[in-house]
Amino acid sequence: MSTGNMNLTLKVWRQKNNKTAGALVDYKLAEISPDMSFLEMFDVLNEQLINKGEEPVVFDHDCREGICGMCSMFINGRPHGPKDLVTTCQLHMRSFKDGDTIVVEPWRAAAFPVVKDLTVDRSAFDRVIAAGGFISVNTGNAQDANNLPIPKMQADAAFEAAACIGCGACVATCKNASAMLFVSAKISQLALLPQGQPERYRRVQSMVAQMDAEGFGNCTNTGACEAECPKGISLENIARMNRDFASAKFISEETV
Amino acid sequence: MSGFGNAFSSSIGKKFIMGATGIFLILFLIVHCGINALIFLDDNGLTFNIGAHFMATNWIIRAGEVVLMLGLLVHIFQALRLTIENRKARPVKYAVNDGKANSKWYSRSMGLLGTLLLIFLVVHLKDFWVVSRFTGIPTVDANGHEDLYAVMKDKFQDPVRVGVYILAMISLCYHLLHGFASAFQTMGWNHSKYNGIIKGAGVWYSIIISIVFAAMPIAIHFGFIK
Repeated sequence: MSTGNMNLTLKVWRQKNNKTAGALVDYKLAEISPDMSFLEMFDVLNEQLINKGEEPVVFDHDCREGICGMCSMFINGRPHGPKDLVTTCQLHMRSFKDGDTIVVEPWRAAAFPVVKDLTVDRSAFDRVIAAGGFISVNTGNAQDANNLPIPKMQADAAFEAAACIGCGACVATCKNASAMLFVSAKISQLALLPQGQPERYRRVQSMVAQMDAEGFGNCTNTGACEAECPKGISLENIARMNRDFASAKFISEETV
Repeated sequence: MSGFGNAFSSSIGKKFIMGATGIFLILFLIVHCGINALIFLDDNGLTFNIGAHFMATNWIIRAGEVVLMLGLLVHIFQALRLTIENRKARPVKYAVNDGKANSKWYSRSMGLLGTLLLIFLVVHLKDFWVVSRFTGIPTVDANGHEDLYAVMKDKFQDPVRVGVYILAMISLCYHLLHGFASAFQTMGWNHSKYNGIIKGAGVWYSIIISIVFAAMPIAIHFGFIK
């Protein structure tokens, strides 16, 4: 690992498991390169801890390319740190100054219990998807894609909603730990396309019901989720979800 | 309501109730502010008292008053319920949370602003509503109507009361700055061609309503109007 000239103080949340209480622990790091990613800086910390015979800090990460949605650190009071539209793995140490103190905490929500240190259990999101975030397709040959004309604007809006990587930053930053930005993006990406129409109103009811069952909070439209989302998912998805929910409950004759 | 299922008990349904009662209260404030602004005609409250007399005696208005009270109570209790649930959704707080980086302070403080407004409402209802509906307005004006304007003039001689009203109107302004646009978003009334109009209307509405209301105790206290 390349060495650099940054000296940092880290305050990292250490928690053995879901049953025990955690606390912030101070670590000093020297000679950190400004070209390192935030996770590479944690790799340096963990190597030092392992060499000292201490437990390394457990944190989620996978692709380190900003597309998988695994990394999840609440850095100095913001999910994925101080930069807009980046995940923690794409955040670099040049975004900090020599001598900085950096506080790193896990996502905090009742629906995201801490597994260990900075890793939380986000399977609540999986269960929301399983409740209706799919389309049912009969087996057989796929038909020609051009048989389904889709206006460019619709296709773009669906694509933008589909950019959600399910990292949970929206829940982490929301003062109510609400998952509405995530759920609305997953509903919208299908509700905007013809393939999503047959199950459109059944889907919104099932996914919202599962979201509520998981113990996420209620949205109060502060807009923090949209501001912190590394993929720029728009609040208009929440409005669309609310509209679809109202249509499902008050207009549609189908009951779920 | 078998066919409607969890329409109102789900997280979105609870938001609908907040948004719908909020819009109802927003509409009420226009009526309230409009009638009260008649004092600025500076005719010793004669026109204002005609309005107040109509509001106190017309049976449709009186029935609407009951709906208003119910709407207000639902708005308050739903907010309380949502706040308790939302606190439970994050049992362990962040050591550092930089809220100002991603949202407006008044959007995050609707509960606090609403509580300040509730305390103000107790004072306000005791000042005028209880007098006009129950204990009785002591004097009549030149037209023979109950002189509610005289009650206003009397109450706003007290500088403390004027201060409380002004602070409450600042709270109201910020509460509305979030609430107006938020209600539209909650109801799903989001449209790229109208979003700018809704946001702009919300800002203007909040500022105008609060300033016109706050101007009343100020104008009376300092004798800008007779």
